[in-house]
Amino acid sequence: MNIYVLLKRTFDTEEKIAISGGEINSDGAEFIINPYDEYGVEEAIQIRDSQGGEVTVVSVGSGDAEKQLRTALAIGADKAVLINTEDDLEIGDEFTTAKILVEFLEDKEADLIFAGNVAIDGGSGQVGPRVADLLGIPYVTTITKIEIEGRNVNIIRDVEGSSETIEASLPLLVTAQQGLNEPRYPSLPGIMKAKKKPLEELELADLDLDENDVAAKTKTVDIYLPPKKEGGRILDGEVQDQVKELINLLHSEAKVI
Amino acid sequence: MSEDIEFLKKNVRDFVQTEVEAVAMQIEEENKIPERIIEMSKEMGLFGLSIPEEYGGLGIGMVGKCALYEEIGATHNGYTTLIGAHTGIGTVGIVEMGNEEQRQKYLPDMAAGEKIGAFALTEPAAGSNATNLKTTAVKKGDKYILNGTKHYITNATEADVFTVMAVTDPLKGAKGITSFIVEKDFPGFHVGAVEKKMGLRGSHSAEVILEDCEVPVENVLGEEGHGYVNALKILANGRAGLAARNLGSCQKILDMSAIFAQTRVQFNVPIIEHQAVSHMLAEMAMEIETLRSFTYRVAWMVDEGMKVIKEAAMLKLFGSEVYNRVADKAVQVHGGLGYIADYPIERFFRDARITRIYEGTSEIQKNIIAGQLKKDYSL
Repeated sequence: MNIYVLLKRTFDTEEKIAISGGEINSDGAEFIINPYDEYGVEEAIQIRDSQGGEVTVVSVGSGDAEKQLRTALAIGADKAVLINTEDDLEIGDEFTTAKILVEFLEDKEADLIFAGNVAIDGGSGQVGPRVADLLGIPYVTTITKIEIEGRNVNIIRDVEGSSETIEASLPLLVTAQQGLNEPRYPSLPGIMKAKKKPLEELELADLDLDENDVAAKTKTVDIYLPPKKEGGRILDGEVQDQVKELINLLHSEAKVI
Repeated sequence: MSEDIEFLKKNVRDFVQTEVEAVAMQIEEENKIPERIIEMSKEMGLFGLSIPEEYGGLGIGMVGKCALYEEIGATHNGYTTLIGAHTGIGTVGIVEMGNEEQRQKYLPDMAAGEKIGAFALTEPAAGSNATNLKTTAVKKGDKYILNGTKHYITNATEADVFTVMAVTDPLKGAKGITSFIVEKDFPGFHVGAVEKKMGLRGSHSAEVILEDCEVPVENVLGEEGHGYVNALKILANGRAGLAARNLGSCQKILDMSAIFAQTRVQFNVPIIEHQAVSHMLAEMAMEIETLRSFTYRVAWMVDEGMKVIKEAAMLKLFGSEVYNRVADKAVQVHGGLGYIADYPIERFFRDARITRIYEGTSEIQKNIIAGQLKKDYSL
């Protein structure tokens, strides 16, 4: 089984987000493997351990992502690939990342590709499905269980709190939802061994791409923090007056109607 | 500290602060470390952190070990002691004095945590004076027959492999002591009463009773008659690691104290704004930073192959005393809350107390330091 896991380096869930100069300030912040991608890494390793094969983790990003790839190798992945866009791209979006990944994956004959349901930073949930679409293979999102028999795949996916059972076949891309498994901690000997595992670094040119091929399709207009949560207000008086006042407030103060 | 060690350290921190801290109060209440935590610790390889790579361990130097011990110390000290006693005095004898056969036989299982190690020196009449051992070992054919009682043996109830000191030649005093590797399944080996302790709940100390206990001759650890020297070496080797664990505990309670002092309001301001409180925090931080510098200095000396008898004794002494002073201040900063058992501070306060006693009391460390000084300045 030839398994690939798409992995993103993201802010630690514990970090407080601060904005300075219109950009998210990452000074001194801790970074982690996107937790949904980590479910993918764990599941890929379990499948490899029971069915044989190889797990490759792939990340598109800056050189800093090497740490997260090394962690995935320490957890048990066999190989890692970092597609470093640091020098080539100022900005990118979901299209950019998907396009780069597809160029890389196209000739790899992957049987199964794991992505996260969403990344906890951008939260678009687009990259996985886009990659599958461009590769021309089926995909199933938000999976919580996967069983593989030969080329047949039985999946349970989370549908807004309920579950749906789906039969699919390889090759296939799936996106991991919380509940798929409990990711293990990297073992200390695993960390030492990870140093000796292959970590290949590529740039756009190695994939015969230039920056125009992958230029972002979207533009970031503004970045701001959500407004501070304030205490609620309780209206009183006759119900009719309360309704009138509520509509008035929604219109003039909250400006939502 | 190398990048690799930083990376190992961070992963141990994540595990300890997420998983072990979550059950710290449970360990205290139930006097038991949950099986799940022990299993996860095995899978992470924590039981092998002091064992060479070729026997399934991690194979890192003393600086690296201390970095990991610091993290293992930053949680419930019962857990700290389970891992610390195993990876310290429980395995060091076999690592340092074991022959190749003994290492091959025991260390891989001990590195995996499948077999737990313990160190059995102390007896009712032999504590600080380790030469007063009453346990005897008499050679009979291809076996030694051991008789005697050990007590206060950390991990005795969990351990599978014990490093036991016994008298093989009563006429030779300290030079008549031999160390043995004794398995819990050897005939005549019994674990006796479990002690009720002031703290370190979840870590169990018990009697070990040897009743015509049969130990094969190939289980002599090192040479016959070298048991006392072995014991001193094993204890000395453990000292930097022990200080690093104390350092981790100190840091943990400073973290809690510094946060608490900024949230607790008295006289309309957070208590950290009161100089009396802020100065306690400053003193805690200063002592901790001093201990950190000293710990890694001695660890580095060990890695460089330098002789550290005096420095290791100083570090064991200083680390234990600092832990007690810091824990005392942490209680004071927390006020009434520091005395309440629903909150972790009082637990650290009780657990700190043993560090001035076990693995050589503070007073014995001073004897060692003074003894070395006498040699350094011999007239």
